[in-house]
Order: sequence, then C-alpha cells, then structure tokens
Amino acid sequence: MKPAPFTYFAPTSIEETIGLLQRYGDEAKILAGGQSLVPLLNMRLARPTALIDINRIPRLDEIVTEDDAIVVGARVTERQLERHPVVAERLPLLVALVKLIGHPQIRNRGTVCGSIAHGDPSAELPAGALALDATVTVTGPTGERTIAVDDFYLGYLATALAGDEMMTQVRFPIPAAGTGWSVQEVARRHGDFALVGAVALVRVEGGRIAATNVVSFGTGGRPLRFPEVEAKLVGSVPGEALFSEAAEAITELLDPDDDVHASAAYRRQVAGVLVRRALEEALRRCEGGSR
Amino acid sequence: MTTEARPQATERTISVVVNGERRSATVLDRKTLADFLREDLELTGTHVGCEHGVCGACTLLLNGRAVRSCLLLAVQADGQEIQTIEGLAKGDELHSIQQAFWEEHGLQCGYCTGGIIMSTLAMLEDNPHPSDEEIYEVLGGHLCRCTGYEDIFKSVKRAIELRGQGR
Ligand SMILES: Cc1cc2nc3c(=O)[nH]c(=O)nc-3n(C[C@H](O)[C@H](O)[C@H](O)COP(=O)(O)OP(=O)(O)OC[C@H]3O[C@@H](n4cnc5c(N)ncnc54)[C@H](O)[C@@H]3O)c2cc1C
Ligand code: FES
Ligand code: FES
Repeated sequence: MKPAPFTYFAPTSIEETIGLLQRYGDEAKILAGGQSLVPLLNMRLARPTALIDINRIPRLDEIVTEDDAIVVGARVTERQLERHPVVAERLPLLVALVKLIGHPQIRNRGTVCGSIAHGDPSAELPAGALALDATVTVTGPTGERTIAVDDFYLGYLATALAGDEMMTQVRFPIPAAGTGWSVQEVARRHGDFALVGAVALVRVEGGRIAATNVVSFGTGGRPLRFPEVEAKLVGSVPGEALFSEAAEAITELLDPDDDVHASAAYRRQVAGVLVRRALEEALRRCEGGSR
Repeated sequence: MTTEARPQATERTISVVVNGERRSATVLDRKTLADFLREDLELTGTHVGCEHGVCGACTLLLNGRAVRSCLLLAVQADGQEIQTIEGLAKGDELHSIQQAFWEEHGLQCGYCTGGIIMSTLAMLEDNPHPSDEEIYEVLGGHLCRCTGYEDIFKSVKRAIELRGQGR
C-alpha cells in the first residue's frame, strides 16, 4: 500500500466540507484532481488522516464567462478550460498557460483551482493568475472572502488559505481590449514544470505603453510581480532597448535558489531573457503594438 | 467515525463498471485504482511504473477519458465506468489499435504499451483524425524505455488508417 492510512470522505456540499475541515484541522487535506496531492501521498511526503474529496460537490464544475471575467469553479479541470471556446477567444493566455501543464492525461484530472491552491512556484497557472490580477474566493466557517492572488501567496507552498477554508472559485479578469499577452518558459522536457518562466501583458495607446503586468516564475518561493519596473514602462515608447532595460532591472531584483534542477545564476540569467521575450511577444500581439 | 489521530484501516464497498461488467468489492480507502485493478480484480494489464503520474504505464479510461490510475483512489471510482486494456481484444481478435502496434512493431518489452494504447483509444474516440502534433502531445504523456518512440508513432498512424477502414 503506498499512502499512509487515512479516512476518505466524499462530501456533497461546501458546508459539509467545511465541517470536516473544522473537525480534522491540520490532519485533513482536500482532494481535487489529485495530480499534485496523490504523488505526495504515494511517496508519503503528505500523511493526512482525513482526505476530503470535493469531486462530488455539485455545480463547482462550471466555467462562467462574464463580460469582463472568466470565473472558474473548484472542480473545473485544466482540460475543460483548455477546450472552452469562449475562453480561447476572450482570454487566450489562459489556454496557452494550461497547455504547458503536463500532458493531456494529467490535465484531464488536474483542476485549475487545485493548481492555484497548491501554488507551486514553477507552475504556470499561479503565475498567469498573478499577471491577470485574478482573485480567489474561499469559504470557511464564517462565510466567504475574496483574496487577490498577490495577497494569496505568502511563500513557498504557503497561501492565505486557512485550515478550515476551501477555495471555491478563481476569477480571471479579461484585460482591456487590445492587450497583448505572452507566456515564456524553459523546461527540461515538454510537459515538465518550468525551470523558469515569465508572463507579460502589454497595452499600447497612442504609441506609448498604457498598461503592463510582468511576472517571473520559478525564480522564488512564489510567482513575482514587479510594480516598480511596470511603473517605469508605463508611459514609455515600447521597443527593444526599453524591454532589455526592464529585463535587466528585474534580473537585479531576483534572488532565486540553487536546486538540483538549475543553479541560481542560471535561473537569474534565463529569467531576464524570458521577461524580455515575453514583453516583445506581448507587444507584437497588442493592437497598435506591431510596427 | 473514529476520532483517533491515525485511522486504522478504513474501508468501504464500491461498485464500478469495468470493461462493461459491474464489479463490487470492499477496498481500503488508501488503495489506488491501479492496485485495486491488479490485486483485487486480477486485471494486471494496467501496469504500474512510477506511481506518481509521470510514466503513463497505468493509464486507463475513466468515463471515457485517459487518466492515471496510480493517482486515483479506488474509492473515487465508485459508480464510475472504467476501460482497461483487457477490454479491447475480442477473444483472439485484436482491437485495431493493437493490430496496428503489432504490424508496426510499436512495442518491445510491452511494459508501456497498455497505457499508450489506452491513451490512443481516448484520442481517437475524441477525434478520429488527430494531427501529428496532437499525437505527439498524447504520446508525450508516456515513457517507453525500449522503442525510441518512432515505431509507436507509426503504430498510431496505422491505427488511424485501420479505423478509417472500419476496423
Ligand atoms: C506528470 C505530471 C506533470 C505535471 N506537470 C505540471 C506542469 O508542468 N505545470 C503545472 O503547473 N502543474 C503540473 N502538474 C500538476 C498539476 O497541474 C496539478 O493538477 C495541480 O498542480 C494541482 O491540481 P489538482 O486538482 O490535481 O490538485 P490536488 O492534487 O488534488 O491538490 C493539490 C493541493 O491543493 C489543495 N487543494 C486543491 N483544491 C483545493 C480547493 N478547492 N480548496 C483548497 N485547497 C485545495 C489540496 O489540498 C492539495 O494540497 C503535473 C502533475 C503531474 C502528475
Ligand atoms: S504508474 Fe501511473 S503514471 Fe507511472
Ligand atoms: S516497449 Fe518496453 S517500455 Fe515501451
């Protein structure tokens, strides 16, 4: 038997789930797609005594397309998002991010919210959520609260989710019309977690950058945004030199760790290159951006 | 339900449809679907390689979708429909995908083959004419230590042909 013993629960409502979380506290784990948690159980790196499977809770499997946002419920799989025609049309960045995750067989089970709740610093969706100013909704014993993704990630695999809360949805705002986007990553093999990656959004008005969001991932305990660098870019005329300068500034701010996959020096260097490429590609994709 | 810190051996009775046949059994909560099929139902065609989702040997269809059975608990499959490699051949008559792997030498030791065939089946049921890129993406979810993948790719192309001929 691989995992250590636990009791399995399959609640059919959010309330019941919260009740179980309260009862078992730190000993409980929510099971969504299981594509991150079950490997940890099989290797006994996680040993919860209560496993709470949310897959039998109705309605959480919906993708709602609002005028200005895509709202994704806790049971929506990565594959479901990837294949949603409205998402492909209105927020193609999300589809591009999800396609970088593992393989179709993994995305058939893995959930969008599970990836965000897990918060692997090398994962694509947390980085994309940060770039898009997404918000997560969590429910606990005292009700619901909404948390900006930037406030959700505290550090390595640490989030603002309390032990008795579950995440019920994530809301990805659709960027203003004409916004260009890009995701860039370097991974050892297609389908692996990124060693390093970058996400950028760029909007140009009257020949100058009107708004930009830049994220680096795989370079710290959580995906990182760079408000000072973004502020400097806004108002400037986009171009190669400007983007190289921004990438250099970001490289200076990064302090990644060495690990078995890559050295800190390699990560920093590649991170800068990917930020620059992401900005360039986002510019090419924005309306009025290509020359 | 016990409130002790570490539960003893919690188990429950589940009922699943495997290759069209309803099967009921009592399983431990912590048993993976792969182990349940192999040990309890004696369906050993679902192979287990890495047990953390990477190799693809344990791939089967859950409600028609290709998934890793090492990353599912047997209790999660309660009430669901499962297809395994054992369900493909009709007696001595190979399924067209199996026939294609036979013709194109898509296997050597065969350890990875069941999983690859199940992923191929799911892909072709969804789209009988996948692009080469789509085939690569699906095969990318499987490790094979023998063939070098070229013959597997040819086998999938042959399977598409055979299927087109109504086989
Ligand atoms: C072979 C392989 C390759 C992969 N490659 C990549 C990759 O390239 N990039 C990538 O980003 N990911 C990758 N993954 C991970 C995959 O994206 C996971 O699906 C995802 O990280 C977690 O989603 P899940 O639904 O499977 O969550 P689970 O594994 O079920 O849960 C993960 C964690 O989040 C918690 N959780 C889940 N849902 C909720 C919720 N609603 N509320 C509160 N807590 C919750 C769980 O308690 C657990 O701690 C890979 C996985 C495998 C097996
Ligand atoms: S045994 Fe399941 S993917 Fe390797
Ligand atoms: S045929 Fe031996 S691992 Fe693929």
